[in-house]
Amino acid sequence: MKTKLFLFLSFLIIGLSSCKEKDSDIQSALSEKFKSNPELSNLNTEVKDGVATISGEIKDQNSKPLVIETANGVKGVKSVIDNTTIPAPIPLPVVETKNEGLNQGVNDAVKDLPSVHGDVKDSIIILTGEIKRSELPKLMEMLHSLKPKKIENKLTIK
Amino acid sequence: MALKEKYKQLIDAAKINNVADLQIEEKDGVLNITGVAHTGKVKDDLWVIYDKIDPDFRAGDLILDINVTPAVPGSKIKVSTENTDLNIRKGPGTDQPVVGRAVRNDIISLISQSNEQWWLVRTDKGDEGYAYAKYLTII
Repeated sequence: MKTKLFLFLSFLIIGLSSCKEKDSDIQSALSEKFKSNPELSNLNTEVKDGVATISGEIKDQNSKPLVIETANGVKGVKSVIDNTTIPAPIPLPVVETKNEGLNQGVNDAVKDLPSVHGDVKDSIIILTGEIKRSELPKLMEMLHSLKPKKIENKLTIK
Repeated sequence: MALKEKYKQLIDAAKINNVADLQIEEKDGVLNITGVAHTGKVKDDLWVIYDKIDPDFRAGDLILDINVTPAVPGSKIKVSTENTDLNIRKGPGTDQPVVGRAVRNDIISLISQSNEQWWLVRTDKGDEGYAYAKYLTII
């Protein structure tokens, strides 16, 4: 009876320790594999009971399959928890690009009206100078079709 | 709400004339009205009403962006410049080289209106390029 219990305990201890060792083996293999790929080298790997958890920042959504495949390819990995994050997108300089298109459009519209000056600031068109009343509606139509935020008409009407 | 009241006559006219995709939205103290009119006349009428409500467009509280249903390619258009001929350019923009000239009051052909401000046109002489839409009238 005692022998049996001893054997059982021994197996249990061996089993537990081998299991732990296994995790650390997987861990080092996993870490090595990730370190060898420049795209994945900055990621953190963790293994528990054969489950690999990957965390850290990846370049973009397209890198996700690579993370999972790479981790799955390591011997002993039963499943993969993907905790990687994607950096927040860098906000595009919307106002500036918009202003550029708007600037060009305003320049085109006032080109043949030398006494009219058109400025663009924060998507708002500011008109100064002089214009004939008959020319005003056409100019306004063109400017409105550029979809500015607002048009400030400070023109003197002749 | 107040702006919708102010421009009610304009909005009603747009609805009566079946302006398509009509959108009316107030944002930061500016009323935005967009839509597509079936004819150039409907658009012109809306602009006349706008000018009546807000003489000389001084208030700056409305953006009226009404397009006209694109004309069929090949439609005849008139060069409606004030007193000069109209430049025809290689691309859409005054920074583009001039490739031809359309004589004032001449009738030319429309090829494409894919750019709102610059229409692709062809003269009877065969000059083809972009001309500024402000000086072109569909007939």
